[in-house]
Amino acid sequence: MNFRDEYRDADAARRFANAIRGIVTRPWTLMEVCGGQTHAILRFGVDRLLPPEVSLLHGPGCPVCVTPAEYIDKAIEIASSRNTILCSFGDMLRAPGTKGDLFAAKSRGANVRIVYSPLDAVTIAQAEPDRDVVFFAIGFETTAPANAMAAIHAKQSGVNNFSMLSSHALVPPAIRSLLEAPGARVQGFLAAGHVCTVMGYREYEPIAERFGVPIVVTGFEPLDILQGVYMCLRQLEDGRAVVENQYSRAVRRDGNEAARRVMREVFQVAPRRWRGVGDIPESGLSFTEAYADFDAERRFGAVMTRDDAADLCIAGQVLRGDRKPTDCPAFGKSCTPERPLGVTMVSNEGACAAYYRYRSLETMDAAQ
Amino acid sequence: MCLAVPGRILSLTGDDPLTRLGRVDFGGIVKEINLAFAPQARVGDHVLAHVGFAIAVIDETEATRVFDYLRDAGDSVSEERDRP
Repeated sequence: MNFRDEYRDADAARRFANAIRGIVTRPWTLMEVCGGQTHAILRFGVDRLLPPEVSLLHGPGCPVCVTPAEYIDKAIEIASSRNTILCSFGDMLRAPGTKGDLFAAKSRGANVRIVYSPLDAVTIAQAEPDRDVVFFAIGFETTAPANAMAAIHAKQSGVNNFSMLSSHALVPPAIRSLLEAPGARVQGFLAAGHVCTVMGYREYEPIAERFGVPIVVTGFEPLDILQGVYMCLRQLEDGRAVVENQYSRAVRRDGNEAARRVMREVFQVAPRRWRGVGDIPESGLSFTEAYADFDAERRFGAVMTRDDAADLCIAGQVLRGDRKPTDCPAFGKSCTPERPLGVTMVSNEGACAAYYRYRSLETMDAAQ
Repeated sequence: MCLAVPGRILSLTGDDPLTRLGRVDFGGIVKEINLAFAPQARVGDHVLAHVGFAIAVIDETEATRVFDYLRDAGDSVSEERDRP
C-alpha cells in the first residue's frame, strides 16, 4: 500500500456509486468544505458518478482564497521595503491584492522567496541577520501548528529578525456561519480531513446536534469522498445527524495533541474577516502575549481590512456555495488563471480554478 | 494548502522532540520531515506530511476499512434489490 493509489480504484468507485444510488430516495444537498476535496471531485469526476438527486456544493476551505486582499498588499509593501525578505508558500504568489500580486512584485525586484516549510523562513533569517525576514503565515488549522513552530524555533534560537504576517482561519466557525445564514441550503457536510487530523472532531459535535446536519470527516481520495458521501446520505435517509469519521486512518476524535499544544502556545482565537465572505466571529488566530514580538503587524504597521462586498468578483458567493463558478459572467472570459479577478481562479484549492482546469470544454461551451 | 502527502519513514535523526527529523520516501522522492507532531513515529511507518511536518502517522489497520465498508454497503444494496 502507498495509501494513495488504492483509493483511486475505478471499479471500487463505481461500486460505491452503485451503493449510493441504492440508498437515495430524494434530493439532497451536501457541501465538501475543503478546496482540496473540490479539486479531487472535479479531477477524478466523482460528481459525475453521483445520482442526479445528490448535489455537491463547494465550500470555503481555501486559505489562500479567504485571505483578504489587504494582507497581500501588506506583504507586497513589506517585500518592497529596504532590507527585508518576504517568505511565502508558493500558492500565495498569484493571489491578487488590490494592486497586483506578489509574483509581479517579485518581477519588479521586491525580495520575495518561496518556501516549502515555515522553518525554511527561520533558516533564511539566520543566514541573513542584517535583514528583516517576514514569513507570510497563512493557513487553516492544518497549517497553523507548523507556522507556530517557526515562531517557537525562532524564539529558542534567539532569531530577532524574524516575524510573521499572520492570516489564519478556523473551519468550525465558518460552517456555523453558513448554517446560520438565511436560506442555508446545505443538509450535510463532508468535513475537511486534514483540519481534523490536527483538531479532531469534538468541535463539530455541537454543530451537528444544534443544526441537525450530519457531518462526516472525510479524506481526499476519490474512494474517501464517495464513502463520505455515502455515510452522509445514509444518515440523511435514516433521519440522523451526528459526526462520523470516514478518514479514520489519519483522524482521531481528539486530533493531534502535540500539534494542538504548539498552536495554543503561539496563537489564540480572534475575530477575522474572510475575503469575499465578511466577518466571522472567533474564526481567526492572533498571537499570544508570549509571541507578540513575532507579529509582523507590530513591526510594519497593522493591516486595515476593507469592505470588499462590492468587488466585481463573486468569489464570496462561490466560497459560501451559493453560486457555482460557471454562474459567473466573467468565468473564462474576463477572468482566467492568467488574468484573475479573484483568488478562487488561481489557487490550487479554488473552485473556479478547478472548473477551469478540469471542465474547460463543457464550461467554455456554456459560456459562449 | 491543506494538502498532506503520505510517505514512508526510512530513517530517523535527533532526540530533541521539537527538531527530530525523518527521511521520508514519497514514491521515490526523499525529503527530511520534522516529526515534532508525530512523536510516536518509527522507521517503516507511513506519515502524512504537510509543509515539512508529519501531522499524522497513518493507522494501517484503519486504512483498509474503506474496502470493508464498501463490501458491506454493496451487500446491503443487493439485499434491498432482492427484496420482493
